[in-house]
Amino acid sequence: MPRKIVKSKYFFEEDFIETIGEVSTEKVKDWGPNSQLKVVGKSLSRIDGYDKVSGTAKFSFDISLPNMVYAKTLRCPLPHAKIKKIDISEAKKVPGVLAVLTYENAPKIPWYYGMSFLFDPHLRYEGDEVACIAAETEQIAVDALKLIHVEYEELPFVVDAGAAMKPGAAKVHDAGNVVRGEPQIYKRGDIEKGFKQADVVVEDTFSTQVEIHNPTEPHCSVVNWDGSRLTIWDSTQGVFSVRDAIAGYLKMPASKVRVIKKYMGGAFGSKLEAGKYTVMAALLARETGRPVRIALDRRAMNLAVGNRPGSVQKLKVGAKKDGTLTAMNHYSYGAAGAYPSGAGCSRPFRTLYKCFNVRSEEYTVFINTGRGRPFRAPGHVQGTFAFESIIDETAEKIGMDPLAFRIKNYAEVDPASNRPYTGKLLRQAYKRGAAAIGWQDRKPAGSGSGPVKTGLGVATQIWWGGGGPPAYATLKLNRDGSAHVIAGSQDLGTGTYTFIAQVAAEVLEIPMEKIQVTLGDTAVAPYCGSSGGSTTAPSVSPAVRDAAEQMKTKLISAAAAVLEIPGNQLVYKNGIISVKNKPDKKLTIANIVRRMRERVLLTTGARNANPSGYAINTFGAQFARVEVDTYTGRISVKKIVAAHDIGRVLNRKTLENQVHGGILQGLGFALIEERVMDEFTGKMLNANLYDYKMPAIYNVPEIEVIIVSEGDAKISNTGVKGIGEPAMIPTPAAIANAVYNAIGVRLKSLPITPDKVLMALQG
Amino acid sequence: MNEKSKSKGISRRKFIQGVGTGVIGSTVLLDTLQAAPEKKGENGEHAGKQLLFLKVNGKTVRSMIEPRTTLVEILRNHLHLTGTKVVCNHGECGACTVLLDGEAVYSCHILALDAAGKEVITVEGLLSGEKLHPLQQAFVEHDGLQCGFCTSGQIMSARALLLKNRHPAEQEVVEGMSGNICRCGAYPKIIESVLAAGGQR
Repeated sequence: MPRKIVKSKYFFEEDFIETIGEVSTEKVKDWGPNSQLKVVGKSLSRIDGYDKVSGTAKFSFDISLPNMVYAKTLRCPLPHAKIKKIDISEAKKVPGVLAVLTYENAPKIPWYYGMSFLFDPHLRYEGDEVACIAAETEQIAVDALKLIHVEYEELPFVVDAGAAMKPGAAKVHDAGNVVRGEPQIYKRGDIEKGFKQADVVVEDTFSTQVEIHNPTEPHCSVVNWDGSRLTIWDSTQGVFSVRDAIAGYLKMPASKVRVIKKYMGGAFGSKLEAGKYTVMAALLARETGRPVRIALDRRAMNLAVGNRPGSVQKLKVGAKKDGTLTAMNHYSYGAAGAYPSGAGCSRPFRTLYKCFNVRSEEYTVFINTGRGRPFRAPGHVQGTFAFESIIDETAEKIGMDPLAFRIKNYAEVDPASNRPYTGKLLRQAYKRGAAAIGWQDRKPAGSGSGPVKTGLGVATQIWWGGGGPPAYATLKLNRDGSAHVIAGSQDLGTGTYTFIAQVAAEVLEIPMEKIQVTLGDTAVAPYCGSSGGSTTAPSVSPAVRDAAEQMKTKLISAAAAVLEIPGNQLVYKNGIISVKNKPDKKLTIANIVRRMRERVLLTTGARNANPSGYAINTFGAQFARVEVDTYTGRISVKKIVAAHDIGRVLNRKTLENQVHGGILQGLGFALIEERVMDEFTGKMLNANLYDYKMPAIYNVPEIEVIIVSEGDAKISNTGVKGIGEPAMIPTPAAIANAVYNAIGVRLKSLPITPDKVLMALQG
Repeated sequence: MNEKSKSKGISRRKFIQGVGTGVIGSTVLLDTLQAAPEKKGENGEHAGKQLLFLKVNGKTVRSMIEPRTTLVEILRNHLHLTGTKVVCNHGECGACTVLLDGEAVYSCHILALDAAGKEVITVEGLLSGEKLHPLQQAFVEHDGLQCGFCTSGQIMSARALLLKNRHPAEQEVVEGMSGNICRCGAYPKIIESVLAAGGQR
C-alpha cells in the first residue's frame, strides 16, 4: 500500500509536538457507527484479565533474575543542603554490601537539562539522591544506608511558590526562582477594550494544592548487562523513551539497550521519563557484574518522582448582559519544584469559550521540593477548576443559568487558531448530561432548607487526545490461523492489549481468542510513542487497523495464487476466502498459511498523519450532585454524570472503568488529596499513604457515563480520541460549583475539606 | 465484618497485639535457633535466624529466616509468590492482603514468625490448577481492575468478606473492601465484581 513521509503535529501532555512519520496515504472506508461493527465498541472483558486476577502477571516490580542483587538509595533529609563530607567506609564493610555510589565516585552524568548531575553534592529538595548501595539483599542495603555518614551544610530554603516569588526569598538556583526568568504570556485581541465593553466584570482568586501521583507500583527497574548490551525491565509509560534516554545518559548506542514492560501498576504521568534509579542500577550492575533490582519505597514515591504543581490563579472575566464574553485575564503562578517542569494552567482558559480578548500571564517558580511531572491532564485539571468556577460566578452575576451561559459562548471554531474542529459534539454532551442529572430541577444557590443541603453543578472539559504518528503495529499470521499483533506501545491498565485485539478481530473477522498481542518491548516491536496525553488508543488503533487491512488484501492475493483464480473473483468473510458464486471452494487463513509452506504473512501498519488545518480536541461536560452537611462541613458527592465527545468507543467496559477512575481521581483532587509541606523545616509532612489521603471505595458516587460521539472520521481510520485525561478534567470544578449551589458560598481553594466549608459558612 | 479488622486503626492495634503473641509463639521454636544474635552471617544477614514452619496455599513451607522478616517478604522473596504486592509496606493500602487462618491481614505488617503454624492463602492459592476461582472470574468479567497491581489484595479482601458473608449487600461490600486502595479508581467495578461473586447480581 502506498506510503509517504510527512510532518504531523499533535498535543502530548504539556505541549504540541511535531513528529515526522511514515504514514499510509490510502484511505480505508470509514467504519461508521459502532452499531455496524461486530467487535469494536462492545463491552468485552480485557484479554489480560486472567494474568492480573490470578497473580501470575509479572510486573517489572516482580522480575527476579538469577544472582540478582538489590539496590537502595540514600536520600537527602533536608530541603536544601550541600554535602560537606560523605563517608561510606563503614557501609562498605557490611558483609553483603557490594558497591556504593556517591558523587565522589560515580560518573558525572548531567541531569535536569544540565542543571545538575546524577549525583550532585548540591541537594535541592528533601528526597534528593545522595548515595546508592547494591547488596545481596534489600535488607542489607537498607541497613548499610544507615552507616553512610554525611555532613551537610544547611542552606536557606523555600517550599512555597508565593514565598519564592517575593524579593529576598531563598534562592533555589543562583539565576533566581522564576523559571526562565520571565512569565509565559499569551494574548489575543485587546483586553482593555474588551473589559470596557463589559456590563459586568468579575474578579476572583483561586488556588489548588500539590497532588502526588502515588501509583501503586513503585518506580522500579531490574537491569542486566550482557557484555555491552543492557536489558532493563522498567515500570514505565514509554519503553522507547526510556531506551533513548538511558542510552544518552550512559553514552551508548540505543540499539544496545532493550527496555521491557509488560504490565505496570499505574503511573498517571509520573513514569513518562527515565529515572535516576535506572541509571544507578545500571552503573551498579556493571560494577558488580550482576543483575540489579531497584525499587523506590513509598516515602521516596511521595518525595522524588513527581507531583501536580499547585497553582494560584487570579482571574478576571467581563461579559455583556446577554451573556457574551468580552474579555478575560488570567494571572497565575505555581511551583516546578527544584528543577524545571511546567506549572502553567491557562490552556483551557484560552481555548474553551469564544472570546476575542484574552490574556494570560503564568509564572513557574523553583522551590525546594521534588520536581513536578505531568499528572493526568497537566494544567487542565487545576485550570478548569478556577476557570469554570469564575464562569459560574459571571453567569450568576448577569442572572443567567450557568449552562445557558456556557452555550451562549460556545466556540464553533478553535478560539486560539480559528481553525475548525474535526468534530465537536459538546452541545449534545450538555444536553444529555443535563437531562441525566435533572438540571431543570436546579434551585437557586443556598436556597435549600435544613442542615444538609443539596446542589447541582456543571463543568466542561477540553483536551487534545487526538494522537498522531509515529505509531506502528506489526501483524503476523500463524499456521493455526491465529494472528499476533506486536506494537511498541504500553498498557497502563487502560486496555491497550484488549482494544488492539478487538481492532484486529474486527478487520480479520476472526474470534478474539485467536489474537495474541505483544506490547512494551523495544527489541521486538516497531517504534511507538509513550503512553500519555490520552494518545495511546488514537495513535495505535489506526496502525492496527492499517496492518489488518493490509493483511486482508494480502490474504486475498495469497488465496488467488493458491487457487489460481483472479483476486477479484474472491470474497473475504469471517476469516475465510471463497470464490464468488462457488461457496464450497474456499480457504481458511490456516489453509493459506500452510499451503504457502508457512511463508510468513507479515504486515506493518502505521498511524496516518493528522489532517492539516483542523483543531483536534475532546470535549465533555460533567454534572455533579452533592450534599453538604452544614453542621459538619462534610461534602458527599451523590452522583456524577459524565457526558463526553471522545470519538469512537473501542470497548465500552474498559472505557467506563477509565471514566470512573478519572472521576474518582478528580473527586480526590476536589475534596481529599493534598501534599502538606512544613514551612519551618521544608519537609513533607504526609509522605505516606496513611496521611496522604486518596479516594477509597466509600467515596464512590453513583456515576453515569454517556458518550455522545461515534468515530471522528476526519482524524483516522478508527476515529478514536482519548478518554483517560478528559474524564478527570471537569470533576473538581463540577463538584465545586455544586457545593456553591448547595450552600450559596463559593469555595475557592482545593481541596474543599470540611474545615474550609465551615469557615466559609461562618463568613 | 468487625473482626476482619480492615480499617486502618484496628489493624494497627491488631498488629501490635500480634507482635506480642508472636514473641511468645515463636519461643516454641527457639530450640531450633542457631543462637548467635550479635554475629553476622557470611552474607551480612543477621545470623540469629529462626526456623519457620508455615502452610502456604496448602503446602508446608520450612525456612530459616531472620526474625524481622515480614510475611510478605517470605511470600515474595523466598517462595516467589509475587501475586501479593507491596505498595506502601506500612499497612496503609491493602495491596499485600492475604488470608491468615481465613482472616484478611496485611502481610507487610505481620512478622513471618507470627504466622508460624498458621495457614496462609495468597491470590495464587485461589486457583485450581490453571483454573480461576469464581471470585477471580467475576473480577475479569466485571472488569474489577485497571492496572492490576492492587488486584490481588482486592480479591483476597473480597475472599475474606465472602467467607464470612456469602451474599453481602452493596454497603457490606463497601465496608468490607474499605481497607484496599485502588489508585486507578476501579472501585465501581470492584463493587460490581464482588456483588456478582456473592450472587447478588
